[in-house]
Amino acid sequence: MQSDNKIVLSVENIHKSYGKEKILKGVSFTIKKGETKVIIGPSGSGKSTLLRCINQLTVPDGGKILLENEEVTHHQKEINRFRQKMGMVFQDFNLFDHLTALKNVEIGLIKVKKMDKLAARKKAMEELKQVGLEKQANLYPAQLSGGQKQRVSIARALAMDPKVILFDEPTSALDPELIGEVLEVIKRLALAGMTMVVVTHEMGFARSVANEIIFMEDGSIKDQGTPYKMFNNPEHERTKKFLHKITELYGKSEE
Amino acid sequence: MDTITFIREILLSPLLEGTLVTVKLIAYSIPIGFLLGVLIAVGRVYGNKLLSSFCALYTLFFRGSPLLVQLFILYYGLPSFGIFLSPFMAAVLGFTFCSGAYHSEYIRGALQSIKMGQMMAGEAIGMSRFQVIIYIILPQALRRAIPGCSNEIIYLVKYSSLAFIVTCVELTGAGKIIASRYFEYTLVFLVVGAIYLFMVSIVTKILNTLEKRLEIPGIG
Repeated sequence: MQSDNKIVLSVENIHKSYGKEKILKGVSFTIKKGETKVIIGPSGSGKSTLLRCINQLTVPDGGKILLENEEVTHHQKEINRFRQKMGMVFQDFNLFDHLTALKNVEIGLIKVKKMDKLAARKKAMEELKQVGLEKQANLYPAQLSGGQKQRVSIARALAMDPKVILFDEPTSALDPELIGEVLEVIKRLALAGMTMVVVTHEMGFARSVANEIIFMEDGSIKDQGTPYKMFNNPEHERTKKFLHKITELYGKSEE
Repeated sequence: MDTITFIREILLSPLLEGTLVTVKLIAYSIPIGFLLGVLIAVGRVYGNKLLSSFCALYTLFFRGSPLLVQLFILYYGLPSFGIFLSPFMAAVLGFTFCSGAYHSEYIRGALQSIKMGQMMAGEAIGMSRFQVIIYIILPQALRRAIPGCSNEIIYLVKYSSLAFIVTCVELTGAGKIIASRYFEYTLVFLVVGAIYLFMVSIVTKILNTLEKRLEIPGIG
């Protein structure tokens, strides 16, 4: 969780509308190397759209994204080069259903990084080991549990050696008893110094891992600060209420 | 002349020759038609507006007009534009175009059944849209399309008999010639029908084996 001062990702004044509906109304934040930022907020507040704007899966209407000082926005032709450096983990895993766990991790190395097959296999296997799934390497997604699928998808993102990983509610689609194994993997990454943006409702996780918690509502950042500040004296009453409610819910799901 | 002698002495050799032509016709039309179907479907689903509407128009035209009419145009119509096709070529082209149109609809359905997330996940690791289509979407969609496409392929085996209309003497044509010469319609076409049934059985067996071999847990 130590961070030197190098800014890895900077999000500047991002706007996005769908038709008349404004989803993002000027969101800005930066993240330094090795930091974990957790984004929280009610559903519909634009968290997922924000993540997709960062790697341009959704093209923002205005604003800038910089990855290590290079502008990502307005570089549609080179976007694939940037996307390699920004891993993404989806709520519903989106593993490639026709490929085994190993090949899911391998395919980006072979087709995108043009690694030779042997080296790719070796690296993919290492990544699977990192998430504790080397024994499941030859199983297909349909043969894995939700937690295992999500760990494979984390391995798939890791394999590309990203500068930052974006997590879009990585545990929201999981049965409660499977959430722990996925959070454990993400925590370990944080400790190992991976730079991460995590959209989540897991407050226990946010408290223990985040360098900063960002509270979003209605398409903009309403509050941000260290977990200590956010849980104990947030600037806005609304933040307090939201955190209170979500913590309560989280507690209930643990029982 | 008894039936057995008729079949052995007179019917067998021309029918086998006809069968060989039929096999050649479908051996070209099946793979090319399928490939065309894949291209049309991908163009329709992932192409820009222009390409997509072109592919839709293609399907409309070739699915919407009788194959017989298409064959007439290819064989009897094109020469007036200076394009002369052999009967065999005209038949293969007609079958390919028609088969492509039907395949494309089965494949389009399969492509649209693949979740959006697959495209996003592919793009998120830095693949181009084209790469995602080739390496991620098609391998899944084509597996799902196999039952539908098998249907079209089996149908093609049978509608290859229309080649006779453009003077390409294949199995049905060979049968027709003998039948009218000896006035033995029932017997000749029973044998012809049996040969089609045999060919369809083989094709079905091949397609079933293919489907089993490509099976992946959770797909299809």
